Amino acid sequence: MFGRGLATLAAVAALVFSGALAMVLFYAPIDADQGFVQKIFYLHVPMALVALAGFVAAGVMAAIHLRTGERAWDLRSYVAIHLSTILGVGVLATGSIWARASWGHWWVWGEPMLVAFLIVFLLYAVYPMLRFSIEDPERQARYASVFAVMAGAFVPVNFAAVRSAEPLTHPQVLSTTGGNMPPEMLATFLVSLAGMTLLYLTLWKLEMTAKRSSEALRRLQRGLARDTDEASARVAPATPPVPAIGGPSPGTPAREAD
Amino acid sequence: MPALPLGEAGVYVAAAFVVFVLLILVYVAIIGAKIARVERELASLNAPDDRREG
Repeated sequence: MFGRGLATLAAVAALVFSGALAMVLFYAPIDADQGFVQKIFYLHVPMALVALAGFVAAGVMAAIHLRTGERAWDLRSYVAIHLSTILGVGVLATGSIWARASWGHWWVWGEPMLVAFLIVFLLYAVYPMLRFSIEDPERQARYASVFAVMAGAFVPVNFAAVRSAEPLTHPQVLSTTGGNMPPEMLATFLVSLAGMTLLYLTLWKLEMTAKRSSEALRRLQRGLARDTDEASARVAPATPPVPAIGGPSPGTPAREAD
Repeated sequence: MPALPLGEAGVYVAAAFVVFVLLILVYVAIIGAKIARVERELASLNAPDDRREG
């Protein structure tokens, strides 16, 4: 019921992702400067872009929740942030591996792009703590949405600030010159980006399906428990009262006072 | 830094892809476990009806 279209989406994502992997390995030329290790680019950069776009999308969903009051938008925003944070772990891990291979260091603190992404990641790492520290569901959804809107607005501002900063070692991919990529590299990058986007959408839909199924089950359990209580309450008066130990039986008339 | 030889670079590239695949697999396994739990609880709710019909 909730996972309608999920299988098709997953199949398309798997197909495009497999195609992207094939292009990375057999079609895209070896980089003249970095050599084979540059292949990490086709995984790392699409993952970073999709994660950041997911954060922004979560902010938009949260804004819709604040405007309409529909809890479904808060759930959508929460799942998008959850998934983007997980992709963020992947971005940091693959970025560190790439940095070690091409710069000789796992991490470079002086590089604005790396530190900016880490700040965004740590900002969103706070989101679950904020969300689940509030017990009241209404307040929880409202506060989480306010956070998501503020943080979602911070992401593009942060990205623009980093791009305008003086880059030290990190290359800039998205530029008016297309990052000076040859057409084969650009095509491979775009297919990888499409594959990563489809993977994100598939996983988002999967988690939404799990959350909605779980919520529907809880509602069903609460409804059943309520029905059982009401049925018990209706049945209870018809049953004869249990006599107290040592007291008169229900049918015994009370003895008249002398 | 000069480009790494193919053998050494291949290890780094493979490591990056393995990290990514593991991350996605762990995520899907956790979500799959949650869906399986929902299915189990749903089956336990349906169990009295199933017994009555059987």
